[in-house]
Amino acid sequence: MARTALGAPVERREGLAKVTGAARYAAEHHLSGLAHARAVPAGVIRGRITGIDTGPARAVPGVLTVLTHENAPRLAEPDDATLALLQNPDVPHRGWCVALVVAETPEAARAGADAVRVSYDTADHDVVLAPGHPGAHEPEEANGGQPAGHRHGDPESAFAQAAVRVDVTYRTPPLHNHPMEPHASTATWDRGRLTVYTSSQGTSDVRSVLAGLFAVPVDRITVRAEHVGGGFGSKGSARPDVVLAALAARHTGRPVRVTWPRRRMPTAVGHRAPTYSRLRLGATSDGRLTALLHDVTTHTSPVRSFVELAGTTSGVMYATPNLDVVHHVVPLDVPSPSWMRAPGEATGMYALESAMDELADELGMDPIELRIRNEPDREPAGGLPFSSRHLVECLREGARRFDWHHHVRHAEGPVLIGTGVAAATYPVMVSPCAATAAALPDGTFEIRVNASDIGTGARTVLAQIAADALAVPLDRVRTEIGDSDLPQAPVAGGSSGTASWGSAVHEACARLLNRLADHTGPLPEHGIGVRADTSGRADADCPYARHAFGAHFAEVAVDTVTGEVRVRRLLGVYAAGRILNARTARSQFVGGMTMGLGMALTEGSTLDPAFGDFAEADLASYHVPAHADVPDIEAHWIDEDDPHLNPMGSKGIGEIGIVGTPAAIGNAVHHATGSRLRTLPLTPDRVLTALNAR
Amino acid sequence: MDSEIQRSEATLRVNGKPHTLLLDHRRVLLDVLREDLDLTGAKKGCDHGQCGACTVLADGRRVNSCLLLAVSLDGSDITTVEGLSADGEGPHPLQRAFLDRDAFQCGYCTPGQLCSALGALAEAAAGHPSHVTDPALPSGRPVPLDRTEIRERLSGNLCRCGAYPRIVEAVEDVIP
Repeated sequence: MARTALGAPVERREGLAKVTGAARYAAEHHLSGLAHARAVPAGVIRGRITGIDTGPARAVPGVLTVLTHENAPRLAEPDDATLALLQNPDVPHRGWCVALVVAETPEAARAGADAVRVSYDTADHDVVLAPGHPGAHEPEEANGGQPAGHRHGDPESAFAQAAVRVDVTYRTPPLHNHPMEPHASTATWDRGRLTVYTSSQGTSDVRSVLAGLFAVPVDRITVRAEHVGGGFGSKGSARPDVVLAALAARHTGRPVRVTWPRRRMPTAVGHRAPTYSRLRLGATSDGRLTALLHDVTTHTSPVRSFVELAGTTSGVMYATPNLDVVHHVVPLDVPSPSWMRAPGEATGMYALESAMDELADELGMDPIELRIRNEPDREPAGGLPFSSRHLVECLREGARRFDWHHHVRHAEGPVLIGTGVAAATYPVMVSPCAATAAALPDGTFEIRVNASDIGTGARTVLAQIAADALAVPLDRVRTEIGDSDLPQAPVAGGSSGTASWGSAVHEACARLLNRLADHTGPLPEHGIGVRADTSGRADADCPYARHAFGAHFAEVAVDTVTGEVRVRRLLGVYAAGRILNARTARSQFVGGMTMGLGMALTEGSTLDPAFGDFAEADLASYHVPAHADVPDIEAHWIDEDDPHLNPMGSKGIGEIGIVGTPAAIGNAVHHATGSRLRTLPLTPDRVLTALNAR
Repeated sequence: MDSEIQRSEATLRVNGKPHTLLLDHRRVLLDVLREDLDLTGAKKGCDHGQCGACTVLADGRRVNSCLLLAVSLDGSDITTVEGLSADGEGPHPLQRAFLDRDAFQCGYCTPGQLCSALGALAEAAAGHPSHVTDPALPSGRPVPLDRTEIRERLSGNLCRCGAYPRIVEAVEDVIP
């Protein structure tokens, strides 16, 4: 009985607290003497502050103080320069924080922020990305050591000589994470000790960053994030809110809360950078790839370099003797881009899987058969054997469930109906983690690990892992997460949280069982506890290429009168190792697919060339999918037994759902209309323009 | 700006309990709930009436509490997510359905989804049509709610985790 905990559709442990309103998020901790702070965004794109008049703001009733680069406490230089806040007069992009107003109430803070007067010397700016931009460079590595290119064979010659060729460029716009809970932090200093409630995907990392900035030992800092209202990458590291809250609390001697207004989030918390993906596919007349070239152009900021590695998955998917992946990065005067759900994979696979659909058209082949024909026996870029790869099974199972082969395009009056398919992949990642496990005299077990639950159900699945490892009923296991005083853990990011935390929990439980086996007599009053730390093993090199795979199917209806595209059905089949909680896993897959639907049809942001800011900053202009946009979505998985992963046999599942969805929808629109649109999102203006050009 | 903050007294009944407050005229209902009454179930997702996370019931009707100046609500009856089930009872059937269906992930939009759904059910029962209601239906009669109706009527409540299909199922579970 006990060993069935893993995989079961167990209900979320914090569910009742969330549906009754009892769950407290970062801005919901009422500390005595709490003050409220509001950031003042730069009103120019690039320049230097020449003067700040804070007098009118300080005269606003209720305003306590105004922090600027002239009076803010000094910070040590951070690794992430987006956190060097109020330290100098330079303005690198519009929206950069130039002052912070601290007040007795949120209303006074807002009025005070409006009253701060800043003057600037401005410099020329450039926020417009285009292929061939003179500022472009080709990094060899990006984002902390990841390879940013790969080449084997003679791709250009092979492409030139190919019997069948596709040479197309796909374009994705800037995208915003927009978790429903805006970034927020509440900070308080007490005799040199800092306590912070923040909205973060990993508070161990936030604690390290704060320790560096404020030159305080980590053991004098506690960062808590018991409940987190989504992140999708935008809370994957410390962001300005937590630094500003700690700064203001230190300066005023009071607890200070910083909440980030929704429409200021795009300039402060990171965004998915826009991409141009040129895909050149060369194939034999029977559909075997002879050349694959993926050339990406994207932007970054001068403050913090981050590259949307959209080409990387093109080295994972299909067998080809000639491969070239290259990224061109253009530093522009833009807010700093960062992680957004499947960073690189979502944008790159949109391009590759759309181009594969175009190649299938050129060949007159079924797009599923084209993919199966190019199934590799080793990872094409790395050359390693796959630990497991069941893409073909996902495609076949999806085709069966979707009834793919019996689907014909048709019209319902002016509405055209079509179907599309695309493959998906996401790498298996894992990081070192510590955890403790304790057996208590009352027969219960306590698991402690600083995991973060951003909506994934982390505390639930970790309890399942522990119950399984200990061979005890689930209700005898308690899990404590979301507090940096707990054993150090990596972020909920890269679809690696459960693998990283779970490996440490599993090991701690195994050690505890050994200790208990040696123990005779009743347990001592405080129980028996053990600690595990997977450093040096979790991050050891693996002789296998490890990735999850999936297949996405979409049915769309295109209204030829209005240009509106509506998704009627969306179905995904995944091969992601062992699924550890069927209920919460399904929700993550469906959630990823929903975000992919938004990427395909509704979500798009624009950097205004003159104004230098995102034109679609709030939720009225940046359209995340609403209820009426989302049909019944099906997520299925196949049993995958992979011994080369972790003790649970699991791959990450939080991101792969978004990866193939945009291409599947775009391919369905092409199937329905005969028009190939290569710029996301597929909004009515673009669809009507394409239809009229037929 | 005046040198003094303008304030007036108002009485709100929140979850059945009267509160008489001296209110900054700028203070919206959402901030009264969250900051003055420590009822943090209603969430601040956008503060601009664009996301629905702050939805509560005012005199039985669903409202975006971030858009209502609290001082204008003197005498109103407010129900928040904390007040959906009576003291000592278990969760409201819709709260139970959200748990059964896994109709949330991060939980931040959930209180608004719950209050909005209850408001929508009452509107349909009172015969209010929506954009997708069949015009041929007799007016003034309860509107039957299929999935298309539920989706349309809940479209003012955004969920970034993508729990929409499960939320629709949960609402279906409590339709009489």
